[in-house]
Amino acid sequence: MGLTSASSGQTAGSGLAPPSVLVSIIGVMVSLTLTFIGLTAITFVISRVMPVDPVLAIVGDRASDEVYQQVYLQLGLDKPIYIQYLRYLGQLAEGDLGTSIMTAQPVIDDILRFFPATLELATVATLLGIFVGVPAGVFAAVHQGRWPDHIVRVVALLGYSAPIFWLGLVALLIFYANLGWVAGPGRLDVFYDGIVEPKSGILLLDAALADEWDIFHNALSHLILPASILGTFALAYIARMTRSFMLDQLSQEYILTARVKGIPERQVIWRHAFRNVLVQLITIIGLTYASLLEGSVLTETVFSWPGIGQYITHSLFNNDMNAVLGGTIVVGVCFVGINMLSDLLYRLVDPRVR
Amino acid sequence: MNKIIKFLIGMTAVAMLGVGGSQAATPKNTFVMAKDIADIITMDPAEVFELTTGEIIANVYDRIMMFEPEDLQTLVGGVAESWEVSNQGKTITFKIRSGLKFHSGNPVRAEDVAWSLQRVVKLNKTPAFIITQFGWNADNVDGLVKSLDDRTFSVTITEEFSPGLVLNALSAGVASVVDKKLVMSNEKDGDLGYEWLKSNSAGSGAYSLKTWKANEIVTLEANAGYRHGAPGMQRVILRHVAEPSSQRLLLEKGDIDMARNLTPDQVKGVQGNADIAIDGYPKGTIVYMAANAGHPILGKDKVVQAMRHLVDYESMANSFLAGQFVVHQAFWPGGLWGALEDTPYTQDVETAKKLLQEAGHGDGFEMTIHTLTNSPFPEIAQAVQANLAKGGIKANIVTLEGKTLWPKYRAREHDIILARWSPDYVDPHSNADAFAHNPDNRPEAKLTGVLAWRNAWADESSNMLAVKARNELDLAKREKQYLELQAMLQKKGPYVIMFQQNEQVARNKGLKGFVSGSNFDLVFYRNVTKQ
Repeated sequence: MGLTSASSGQTAGSGLAPPSVLVSIIGVMVSLTLTFIGLTAITFVISRVMPVDPVLAIVGDRASDEVYQQVYLQLGLDKPIYIQYLRYLGQLAEGDLGTSIMTAQPVIDDILRFFPATLELATVATLLGIFVGVPAGVFAAVHQGRWPDHIVRVVALLGYSAPIFWLGLVALLIFYANLGWVAGPGRLDVFYDGIVEPKSGILLLDAALADEWDIFHNALSHLILPASILGTFALAYIARMTRSFMLDQLSQEYILTARVKGIPERQVIWRHAFRNVLVQLITIIGLTYASLLEGSVLTETVFSWPGIGQYITHSLFNNDMNAVLGGTIVVGVCFVGINMLSDLLYRLVDPRVR
Repeated sequence: MNKIIKFLIGMTAVAMLGVGGSQAATPKNTFVMAKDIADIITMDPAEVFELTTGEIIANVYDRIMMFEPEDLQTLVGGVAESWEVSNQGKTITFKIRSGLKFHSGNPVRAEDVAWSLQRVVKLNKTPAFIITQFGWNADNVDGLVKSLDDRTFSVTITEEFSPGLVLNALSAGVASVVDKKLVMSNEKDGDLGYEWLKSNSAGSGAYSLKTWKANEIVTLEANAGYRHGAPGMQRVILRHVAEPSSQRLLLEKGDIDMARNLTPDQVKGVQGNADIAIDGYPKGTIVYMAANAGHPILGKDKVVQAMRHLVDYESMANSFLAGQFVVHQAFWPGGLWGALEDTPYTQDVETAKKLLQEAGHGDGFEMTIHTLTNSPFPEIAQAVQANLAKGGIKANIVTLEGKTLWPKYRAREHDIILARWSPDYVDPHSNADAFAHNPDNRPEAKLTGVLAWRNAWADESSNMLAVKARNELDLAKREKQYLELQAMLQKKGPYVIMFQQNEQVARNKGLKGFVSGSNFDLVFYRNVTKQ
């Protein structure tokens, strides 16, 4: 999204802190605006060149020509594409994302319902990826060429290359159908639906805040399997990258110097080598998290998880453009937000960037 | 802050104890089914034309006329108690049942019934044609459909139609009776409550709509005061599970009572399970191929006739279609009044070759079959491709999503289409009007809802017979005319009609009373009970 360079460029503002901050903020705002205009324009054009008829998505294939024309005009499809796009931007400027054709609800309401489901899933999956993937990657690098390294590499390769759809179904068969350790597809058992008021949309949080621990337990039981499947993917990628970054650092001369000075191996690995890997790792984790937040359509489909990925895909197939554009903007915001967060974290972990 | 600490402690505790599975069985008073409900786009009976909402509104609204789950063959009054035909079959006067109430508690009045029909005509959404074909439009409908007193209303048609057909059409979703007071209290900018009714209900049926979360769940709540008595289940839940394998797992674990979208393989897989029963329901959906009559080769009757002889119907029905489709070769689905059950075609390559020779294409030709991406259409297309090759016809297959395929079909841009069709209401005219009646074949006529027009095919004798049957007052004669029309289209015209759907539903054995009729909107939940 180009924000990293925009904001990291501010180190040049030596001594004049306020103007530098101002320039930086203006830079971010301009970059944000351009990003969103580009994002919406590309999505809009793609939607118009797709051979899918948005009118038929509403009226069905049996509609008479009269009904068809009526809806065609209602949607403003008779206007040139740039007019349609400008109208949409105008609407957007007023904070109106429009109404979805497929759900008959304002897109903003849909997003507020579907996005927290994805956020919950992606966050748990990424945490799993970090807490297992990073130590595994470090462990593999330290034991390069020996069996712990081989195990991590094989697991990472499997996790990265196994089709997530297949993995999901197999996991459901084993852990839900055969062992009964976890709950099945869906976010919650149907009889718990509607009991907890959706304050944040994140079920675990809402249930805990409402003191509904049965529902919390049920939601967690539903979450654990899809999060683990998605986490496997995150874990595999993070472990591979951590291993690779660590191998690079461990071959540096300063590591050799540290070892010669007699610093304990644990300190050499974690305080010296790992600290230098952190900046790159933050980028990797940020990108992984952002890609999971886009929604993992296949995982969401197998686990009947009502997330943003399914929402955007279904809308795209039906040319429900308000929904697609709304979803795209959310994904864009995620990327930009995570990029900015990564920037902040760089400054925390790397004194050279401050 | 306390709550956040509790949240963290709770999470840790649960993680340490292990999460465990979900509750094993569904509640005794709740019927839970897994279904792909992504097709729902509105709950307004004036607009509903999708499979899932078709069945939902059948349970939420009473219609003027109805087919009840106890006897799906006989048309009876819904809110109508009796009716009288007058004015040479052009006016029908209905008396509605006394004491009926909407879910809101408002009484069901003749005014509500007349207004419901007027509303459909004025909104003029896709299914409105079912009643606007009677000559009703936004300007004249108030005068032609009117309440006479609290319990009486009349409808007058301006076109020549059999009263039997009118009564059948008044059993369609567009004839759902809507609570005028409630809907109008939610009207915005003169929209007749259109925006509000998209996601709410205002009926007097066995269930009311409690929640609809798109792509997630629909919950219906029982109407204890329903005219047939309180429904067996207090709650009906349609849970969106798009993936058939997930539906199967949920059913086997007892987390749902019924799976609605299992594939033939999965049906086979659960057949050995002692707790699960499989029911088959013949549906009105027809699978057919149609040739574009504007095509220089496919426009020839003998070529299409040869294709009818080349297709190996039985082999497909007995292999990959595995009970989900049965051979049917007429445009009106089997099991319904007026259906032609004859299946005159089996694969006969020699006859087909002879016909192709006579048509001047003995050396074969090449063309494209356009079909849908979802099963069983690609499988059927592949089998047909192999069948046609035996006659020297080289068929290329193009699969497309419906939203991409229909615009092509409606623009007559296909060679051969392999698709499905289901009746809009339970009268043979519904399909005859689509398959056999094309009053204006000019491209600019744009009769895009008519299959015959889409295939650029019009035939004088077929048109005449379709209109004659539509207008016939005598029921026996009418039935004979439809049989004749179906037989005619088995021999000429652009269609190769192949199969009729048999919906396979897998259910928990303890659940009984689910009824799925021939049409997409004849599905009833009110007699469901659980042991």
